Amino acid sequence: MNRTLLLAIVFSLAAATTAATNVHAQVIAIEGATIHVQPGQTIKNGTVIIRNGKIAYIGTSANVPAGATRIAGKGKVVTAGFVEASTRIGLVEVSAVAHTREGRFGAGINAAYRVEDGYNSTSTYIPIARTGGITSAVSAPSGGLVSGTSAWFSMRDRAFGKKAVVKAPLAMYVSLGNAALGSASGSRGMAIKRLRELLDDAAAYAKRRNNFERNQTRKFAASRLDLEALQPVLKGQVPVVVRAHRSSDILAALRIASQLKLRMVIEGGTEAWLVGKQLAAARVPVILNPTQNLPRSFDQIHVVNNLAARLVKQGVRIAISTLGDAANARTVRQLAGIAVANGLTWKQALAAVTSNPANIFGVRDRGTLRRGAAADVVVWSGDPFELSTKVDAIVVDGALQSLTTRQTRLFNRYKKLR
Amino acid sequence: MRSTFSTLSTAVICLVIAGCTPKQARKETGNKGPKLDVHGDWSDPENDYNNGKKSLRKDLRAATRNDRAQVVVFQNATILTANGKRFDRGTLVLNKGAITYVGKARTSVPKNATVIDAKGKFITPGIIDTHSHIGVYSSPGVRAHSDGNEATKPITAEVRAKYGYWPQDPSVSRARAGGITSAQILPGSANLIGGMGYTIVMRPGRSAAAVKFPGAPPTIKMACGENPKRVYGSKGGPRTRMGVYTAFRAIFHKAAAYNAKLTAYKRQRTLWLKKRVRAKELNAQAAAKHKGKRKAKQVKPEKAPERPPMDLQLENLAAVLRGEVHVQIHCYKASEIREMVTIANEFGFKIRSFHHALGAYKVRDILVKNDIAISTWADWWGFKMEAFDGIPHNAALFAQAGGRSVIHSDSAIGIQRLNQEAAKAMWSGRHAGIKISENEALRWVTANPAWVLGIDKVTGTLEVGKRADVVLWSKHPFSVYALPDVVVQAGEITYKRIKGLVPSDFELGNSALSNGANR
Repeated sequence: MNRTLLLAIVFSLAAATTAATNVHAQVIAIEGATIHVQPGQTIKNGTVIIRNGKIAYIGTSANVPAGATRIAGKGKVVTAGFVEASTRIGLVEVSAVAHTREGRFGAGINAAYRVEDGYNSTSTYIPIARTGGITSAVSAPSGGLVSGTSAWFSMRDRAFGKKAVVKAPLAMYVSLGNAALGSASGSRGMAIKRLRELLDDAAAYAKRRNNFERNQTRKFAASRLDLEALQPVLKGQVPVVVRAHRSSDILAALRIASQLKLRMVIEGGTEAWLVGKQLAAARVPVILNPTQNLPRSFDQIHVVNNLAARLVKQGVRIAISTLGDAANARTVRQLAGIAVANGLTWKQALAAVTSNPANIFGVRDRGTLRRGAAADVVVWSGDPFELSTKVDAIVVDGALQSLTTRQTRLFNRYKKLR
Repeated sequence: MRSTFSTLSTAVICLVIAGCTPKQARKETGNKGPKLDVHGDWSDPENDYNNGKKSLRKDLRAATRNDRAQVVVFQNATILTANGKRFDRGTLVLNKGAITYVGKARTSVPKNATVIDAKGKFITPGIIDTHSHIGVYSSPGVRAHSDGNEATKPITAEVRAKYGYWPQDPSVSRARAGGITSAQILPGSANLIGGMGYTIVMRPGRSAAAVKFPGAPPTIKMACGENPKRVYGSKGGPRTRMGVYTAFRAIFHKAAAYNAKLTAYKRQRTLWLKKRVRAKELNAQAAAKHKGKRKAKQVKPEKAPERPPMDLQLENLAAVLRGEVHVQIHCYKASEIREMVTIANEFGFKIRSFHHALGAYKVRDILVKNDIAISTWADWWGFKMEAFDGIPHNAALFAQAGGRSVIHSDSAIGIQRLNQEAAKAMWSGRHAGIKISENEALRWVTANPAWVLGIDKVTGTLEVGKRADVVLWSKHPFSVYALPDVVVQAGEITYKRIKGLVPSDFELGNSALSNGANR
């Protein structure tokens, strides 16, 4: 039994490797489409050529190399692959089944938790996300005061190891307000205090590593690995994503960011528009779900219908996300459309699901179709945000992906009842 | 399509028979003190049940009467009626709460009408949600607002969603701004039988009673599978699905016995009433015969038969067995759906709709044969084992098989865009080669939910005589960019996008919304 299993793993790994080799040999040409190179830059009747996992050419006068896989793009729309900027893809399979849940903590400080250690590259949610044009996912831990670090994952089929993890650690996650009360003696001010203490200790630890090993330091607020994990945060190399809704919590986070010169991102941000000026001045972006328009908690009393449009008007960079719905990352494009219906421009909405998340997380070669960028490309049957549109073809890291999912297979099994 | 008001005759009968309309029933109970131990016919405070007499069905016509209704005319709109017709550049006339004209362009309009030029815009019937917990799980979602699951024992057929409903839930005005004109408020799914549902008009109100959908029949919520197992597994059971279905059968047997006693009692009481009348007559005759002489021998009145002791739970379940309640069952897996159908058939009641029903596509033939609708999502799935086989083609496959598909929300966020959810479900089908018409998909959120709630005779399509529940959309309602511009409920314009949302009591003076931030 065990041996069979082992063999199966070896074979599937071998298959994956072969596929990966082929992928890089694969040349794909998408011809005659309306191409959104990046938000605001459109080519009509253009061609994209993909080679060695990169965008090799984009323009209107391509010579398609012989042997290329040709995709007719006439009447279709081509964009960079969409990014789900905050999800639990690969961290959950059936959320009601505890052992399929990963990286969801009750309380405390888990800075050294790295999401890629628990990530499942074979999740059924990955192919389903692709049917919504998602080529990248930022899978992030949650819960506690400090949840750990996220990673940028490729939605490529059967991608393991480096092929799956595009960048890690990507960002450190902190919860404030309502969500942090369990880790902060029931007071939001205490959450800020604990966070300050932790960052302070991380800085002190860095200066006294040798003393720490000899037990010659005061007691620190977190374990050695947690303090280590915070070093790139203190250096501004890894951004902190602060999950907060209330304006006062957002301002408290901004104060810490400016004092310690941290790179910061706000996630959720229901009341961010009340402090939009400060966010814009500090160049702190907001990851949001434009459908969240209910005062679900006392942190979200000043909720509005048009948060995305308001923030952009205030000069804040935004990304649009389901904020954690792993099973339905495919609805990100609908969320972008809903933001447009509520005042965001189409171009800004496209940026909010492509180039902005790439910029926010410093993943420079994704989120646009510039020459040389990683080839995450979607061929849509029409306007990507529109409900009638479907993904006709999707390329991740230069490899054409299957659009077959567990759901399409169930459909095929039951489309005729026997 | 259907005769507009088959309830008309009912109305006449109601006028003749005293005590059959709710007001009169209440008058009768009046201030005469508690009536609970009387041996007469008990009528529930909602006057919901027919008590076995079909002719006493409440008058749904009340649903089209509205003192606050305006005369509204929409011109030049694309009208999607949800009963198979589409009028480009059509006219819709609403008068006194009802639709008085729908069709091709008509220039003559009633006096004092508010005329709305809807050029380039679309009109549909008001959207109806069969599955909402708005008002019983209100915002903010604090424990004090948790009023949807009486999770103290697995069967609580006696409770009513109405009692928990808060008509100032901030979700109400937002749902309406999404085109929702009415909805079924349901208890949660912790319990096998969670309690009675409540069909409402989606508008803020001063009391739950004030927003009831007039004349809507009673509904009840039941739940299979994982939720009751999870909640009661370590609280005395049921712990397994074996326990779940056994508990269902056990309670229905009890309800059947109770109903038999009620029926017997009613028969006895009718007989007793007859005898009492006869006794009076005999005594009167005897008195006349012995006029002036010694006192006549009187026929002693028989003792009134005793009503079986009131059991609120069995009272509601007996009504289910008599077919007077629209049964709504939360159930995911194909196998369990099948099991519930078998139980319903065993006890002779009808299930109106399975809810969520992610596995319905596997047993669609059985459901269609039994005329049971499904209320499902466009694409929610995966969150628990029983939801892991959900596919986005569910509604389309079910409709293709001839079933009534409904797209429901079960979410105070999702309810705001059921039009988009219907569109997604339609396109999932179409992209997989299933032919679903625009009219059919629109029915998933209008006519079909109306049928599930038993209010389809008065709302759910745009037809003359029906209640004026109407949405004017900025674009085709199946576009992601469409928003309701105007919502009309029973002929009354209750929402205009340019005016923005009306803040709930909770938000007034307490939110950005009350400062007009949501315009």
